[in-house]
Amino acid sequence: MRDDSQSGLSNPAQQSFLRTPEGTVASAGLANAGTNIEGAVAITLRINGKDRQLRVDPRTTLLDCIRETVALTGTKKGCDHGQCGACTVHVNGKRVNSCLSLALMHDGEEITTIEGLGTPDALHPMQAAFVACDGYQCGYCTSGQIMSAVALLEEPCGPDDAAVKELMSGNICRCGAYANIVAAIQQVRQNN
Amino acid sequence: MHTFEFIRPTDSAAAVAIAAQAKTAQQGADSRFVAGGTTLLDLMKLNVETPARVIDINRLPLDKIDATPDGGLKIGATVRNSDLAHHPTVQRDYAVLSQAILAGASAQLRNMATTAGNLLQRTRCMYFRDTAMPCNKREPGTGCPAITGSNRMLAVLGTSEHCIATNPSDMCVAMAALEATIHVQGPEGTRAIPIGDFHLLPGSTPDRETVLEPGDLITHVTLPPPIEGSRQLYLKLRDRASYEFALASAAIVITVAGGKVTRARVALGGVGTKPWRSLEAEAALVEKDANEDNFRKAAEAAMRDAKPQSENGFKIELARRCLAHALHIATTG
Repeated sequence: MRDDSQSGLSNPAQQSFLRTPEGTVASAGLANAGTNIEGAVAITLRINGKDRQLRVDPRTTLLDCIRETVALTGTKKGCDHGQCGACTVHVNGKRVNSCLSLALMHDGEEITTIEGLGTPDALHPMQAAFVACDGYQCGYCTSGQIMSAVALLEEPCGPDDAAVKELMSGNICRCGAYANIVAAIQQVRQNN
Repeated sequence: MHTFEFIRPTDSAAAVAIAAQAKTAQQGADSRFVAGGTTLLDLMKLNVETPARVIDINRLPLDKIDATPDGGLKIGATVRNSDLAHHPTVQRDYAVLSQAILAGASAQLRNMATTAGNLLQRTRCMYFRDTAMPCNKREPGTGCPAITGSNRMLAVLGTSEHCIATNPSDMCVAMAALEATIHVQGPEGTRAIPIGDFHLLPGSTPDRETVLEPGDLITHVTLPPPIEGSRQLYLKLRDRASYEFALASAAIVITVAGGKVTRARVALGGVGTKPWRSLEAEAALVEKDANEDNFRKAAEAAMRDAKPQSENGFKIELARRCLAHALHIATTG
């Protein structure tokens, strides 16, 4: 699990990247994040085991909240319409498309993102298997693939590759690393 | 996305009272209940849905699956599709429902999408989803460009000169074959609506998709007791193996005794403007021998009134073969 000091927010260059055209810092996981947003609503999300008290515009999706307000950018925005799976996170242990959910629908709920699975020094077994099996090319879909794959371990799923492919069909890989993604998942399942 | 007021009522009566202030519960509604959000948020991002109030019903006690006193099943409005599909009673007694749900969407979407939301799933017609285009369903009176445009995925049954949009749900097709009842709490009290009466044909008012009125909250769905000795199957044909809407699908609940069909319930997906129960196919099956000739006759009866559009004529024969093959598998498997 990463803490704020590892998320890069202490870096001024990244803070300026998060500035709105009006010049206010609209995000960055700061204690007062969102205080200047008209109509913002206070919520608490427990993200990767840590309570985050946030103020969000009601329109903010869970995805945008995670990326822009909390500044955990491992979760990716692909299609923003629930078709690609790049935004997959776990809510109360179940995998969901964070782009099709409002952040304030999850007030008080437990969110796990890719940053909550492992660290560079202590990878989650699924992360290690993706590395070992070369389960990616460009990497943009990878965090969504891994979040889906970790959730799949707890779901009813037949033993063969076809069953894995069926349950991973909500995660699109434009590079076409599917064969190695399936191999990575099967490696973890066989070692479980 | 337009701004909206987010409301989380503490009980169903409060949710109904807030929603009852709206002028319509159909297209253009200024109040929307949200549960999974998989249809509503998608359409709000496209500005196809622009509610002023979004009423979150996720914390209402509508998320249970219970046996009913008559031996049937009560399914709460906010039961997630994945929980419903994997419920042991559903897998044992209502297998067609489990199969239909698991044939739709992705694992992530099924973890979010709910019973009531799936009943109210909107069409995937590209003209409906694109506010730059005319669409009688989205903006009544503007016309239907699909009729002369891209209509390969659209309907061949139940269409009108105003709208040919397909109902995209798999779950509803199985529920039609299981003769589900939809229970609604509204400003005037509760009522029960057979699923066949719930969705409307487009006719001249394609913006009206269901019989729901302002304030109507779907609280649960009931299924009648399972039919002893029946066989059930959902067969879905589509452009790719997974995570794709149906070109044609069939839900079957059939009972065969001594080689004869004694009872049949048949519904089709991917081809109709609503989940398509085929009384014609059922009539063609009952009291007949369960054989390929009669399955083909039933399939022909089901599609007798089908009307092809410029790009989707193939669906008529595809749906016939889908139904005949589903009957074959269900009765011989």
